[in-house]
Amino acid sequence: MKEKRGRRPFNKTRLKNQVLNVVKNPFNIIVAITLVVLFCLIVIPLLQMIASTFTAARDDIKRIGGQVGDFTLYYWKYLLVGKLSGATLWGPLKNSLVCGFFTVLVSVPLGSILAWLVVRSDLPGKKLIGMLVVIPYMIPSWCKALCWLAVFRNKTSGSLGFLAGMGIPIPDWLAYGPVAIVLCMSLHYYAFSYIHVSSALRSINSELEEMGDICGANQLQILKSITLPLVMPSILSAVVMTLSKSIGTYGVAANLGSRIGYFTLATKMKTFINGGPQAVGFAMSLVLIALAALIIFANQRIVGVRKSYATIGGKGGRSTEMHLGKAKGPLMAFIVVFLFFAMVAPMFVLIMETFQVTTGNGYGLSNLTLYNWIGTLDEAQVYTSMEGIFRNKEFGNAVFNTIRLTAIGSIITAICGQFLGYIATRGRGKWYGNLTEQLVFIPYLMSGVAFSSMYVAMFNRPRLGGLIPALYGTFTLIVLTSVVKHFPFASRSGQANMMQIAVELEEAAEINGASFFQKLRKIVLPLAKNGFISGFMLTFISIAKELDLIIIMMDKHTQTMSYLAFTYSQEGYNQMADAISVCVLLFILVCYIIANRFGADIGKAW
Amino acid sequence: MSKIELKHIDKFYGDNHVLRDINLTIEDGDFMTLLGPSGCGKTTTLRVVSGLEKPQNGIMTIDGVEMINAETAYYAEPSKRGLNLVFQSYALWPHMTVRENISFGLKIQKLPKEEIEKRLQESLRMMRIQEYIDRYPNELSGGQQQRVAIARAVASNPKLLLLDEPLSNLDARLRIDMRSELQRIHHELGTTVIYVTHDQTEALTMSTKIALFKAGELSQVATPLELYMNPIDLQAADFIGNPRINLLEGTAEMKGGDLHVTSELGDYVFPGSDMTDEPIPEGVFPCVLGVRPEQVQITTQSVEDSLAVKVYANQFAGSETLVSLRAGESDFLSKQIGLTSYDMDQTVYIHIPHEKINIYNAESTRLIKRAY
Repeated sequence: MKEKRGRRPFNKTRLKNQVLNVVKNPFNIIVAITLVVLFCLIVIPLLQMIASTFTAARDDIKRIGGQVGDFTLYYWKYLLVGKLSGATLWGPLKNSLVCGFFTVLVSVPLGSILAWLVVRSDLPGKKLIGMLVVIPYMIPSWCKALCWLAVFRNKTSGSLGFLAGMGIPIPDWLAYGPVAIVLCMSLHYYAFSYIHVSSALRSINSELEEMGDICGANQLQILKSITLPLVMPSILSAVVMTLSKSIGTYGVAANLGSRIGYFTLATKMKTFINGGPQAVGFAMSLVLIALAALIIFANQRIVGVRKSYATIGGKGGRSTEMHLGKAKGPLMAFIVVFLFFAMVAPMFVLIMETFQVTTGNGYGLSNLTLYNWIGTLDEAQVYTSMEGIFRNKEFGNAVFNTIRLTAIGSIITAICGQFLGYIATRGRGKWYGNLTEQLVFIPYLMSGVAFSSMYVAMFNRPRLGGLIPALYGTFTLIVLTSVVKHFPFASRSGQANMMQIAVELEEAAEINGASFFQKLRKIVLPLAKNGFISGFMLTFISIAKELDLIIIMMDKHTQTMSYLAFTYSQEGYNQMADAISVCVLLFILVCYIIANRFGADIGKAW
Repeated sequence: MSKIELKHIDKFYGDNHVLRDINLTIEDGDFMTLLGPSGCGKTTTLRVVSGLEKPQNGIMTIDGVEMINAETAYYAEPSKRGLNLVFQSYALWPHMTVRENISFGLKIQKLPKEEIEKRLQESLRMMRIQEYIDRYPNELSGGQQQRVAIARAVASNPKLLLLDEPLSNLDARLRIDMRSELQRIHHELGTTVIYVTHDQTEALTMSTKIALFKAGELSQVATPLELYMNPIDLQAADFIGNPRINLLEGTAEMKGGDLHVTSELGDYVFPGSDMTDEPIPEGVFPCVLGVRPEQVQITTQSVEDSLAVKVYANQFAGSETLVSLRAGESDFLSKQIGLTSYDMDQTVYIHIPHEKINIYNAESTRLIKRAY
């Protein structure tokens, strides 16, 4: 037997052929380009941001001394041990962790129990409930914050909300701050746990539970020692995702916290990035990224590979329902009440507020108006000096920007996602496939604000001697940020899509003489079409409702509907803000209905 | 029509050495079957021939033209090798009709329209699937899909047709139909065929030659008859044949140019002219007798050259009956055609024609005495 791949002597023909083998295959070229682009878009910005926390910036020279561009530990010292570090880092960090912890505590059990009830019990109207409970996930979390304000607003922020208007005294600790933030985020992220756990529950063969029954276990014992351990991995991963997402959330925390000076890491970071010193903000963003990475890797260590069985074995098999017996009535009542208070009531108050002259003044005819929607300046009320949103140029501009951003962003993202998915699946187990997967995963670790701050750091001035222009403040940068941030999701949907196309189908074309591009055009593209459209729609929705990611980069010219609603709310134009968020909701709803037509599953969206 | 030569082919997946120094010549017009248990490298060999895998060592030529030369890292593209492949999963493009599936490769070759139509109709006729021309693959049964896959492969007039376990997804009855179908195609087209299977019946019934694989190595290349009559080692003997060959322990010694064998079946003397080229140990050495069950003849009366044995069990299986027998401490099987029935523990007499017995060296497991 011959020695394994021993070093061969140098041989010209061999070298020529080896080079030709690589160059003649367009796939290799595409992989190479992709890796370079990913490197430029993900690794370099991250390094750049890290570097800028150690480099003296022009604006801060007075404080630091020395030359622009000098190495400095000033920013990290400022953040970690400075006189203000209690207020800049440790306080907000504690607030973030507290909010994240309690959000998990409320949302994960809530979502898991709902999932069990919908999937495994004999609750009446399960299908309808199953549909209704995921609706909150479609609503952007910052919209929920506006709903919360519409209901609980008190004198502290000028105009009254629904409850205060009815004469019920609302204390600040309920209207704003941690309680409000935790409840709002919980009402958002419970749907996330629901989606995760319910899909795990569906994949469990009920014969496993029936076997427990035969062995003499009662329902509670079965639940405790069979069902729960089997779905534990997905519950844990829901915990992890909820924690890392809620720690990085900006919109909710800013709407509900800033008014009373309650800052989280994400909101505090933005004040630094907008007000300087920027590098301190970048350093905070690195803290956020490290935190998220820590949580996710801790999860991987704890759950590990051995225990990820819940996701394997898609053979659902038969599924017998658990009888709830006497508990059925109270549980049903709980769900109805929950859905009413979590969805119907706040939405109603939010929508009604858009028709009110004075918020919190009841729904008497004298207090109802269409002014907020179509009013002119002549009819302008005492409190506002703006036209109704449909006459408002700013709003028109925002609608245009939103559509422009979502359309362009999601088309690019979806196409890139399919390519990345193709490379990752066809290169599975090979170095370039793994590298692509890992690179694409990095944006997943970062919360929206942290990610965009990285891009701000990268593009706030020209790089590489002008090869990469300064994009700060441009629409292009916003699109780019949205695209790259959604790479992980898009590439995962691309991967799922490409997995469905057996490699043999491509090989058969190859043997029949198709070139790489013919193969792509005639075999892969037609087969990937449907998956592409549903992936595209989900990205579309996700970009449409995005606020956290782009808030740092927005200004009057580039602002989207989400951002406009946020600014109006901050400035106290509550009805206007509400009206805009109603528009955003309608936009998302329409998109979702269209997406559903193409078989998109909201459970796969983030 | 072509002659394929593989020389010193080595293939690694990472550190996994899946093909070990494969040397194989496939003559023009052969129906060569690559046979072996799963994971033995037969499909990898097929993929190396097709061009879908690149071996790290070795040379392959088709009709004398170099297609693979690992030394100079030269690998001809699959489409330049004049072959076509039928996949185990058929790999029919689900978004194309039967017509589009078959004419895809022809269109890529930019053949004139009339030529494409002619070849399309020709291959449809040969596979007898004319009526399904406008159906999509998912509107066809498994057997029909199989026919489309073969039609697609032959439409390109390949000099070499590769088939990767094409019958494994069909039910037993269809499999038998398709076997004769494939034989017809081979006969009609006259192309060289390389056929991969783990099913020895398929291999024995269709092939002109069989290459038996074992753990990434070629253990024997022979005609079906030769492979059945004289498996080259104990593993090959055990793999080929259904019911399995009887392997009985014994001792042997070369005396005066003849091989003297002693076992519970009695004493035998085989002439030196039946011996293979394998080296024979000095003195008395352990050996294994290979006896095909159908060679064990049973009579109820003692005749010349027969041995008294006990019936252990009696399995009736329609056209044949399998009788388990016991001679001393050794169990072995006899296959009787037709309806025969013996009582358990009944004493019967067996006769085994000398020339049909294989003798293996127990130590090296290699064949030392041929049957004929």
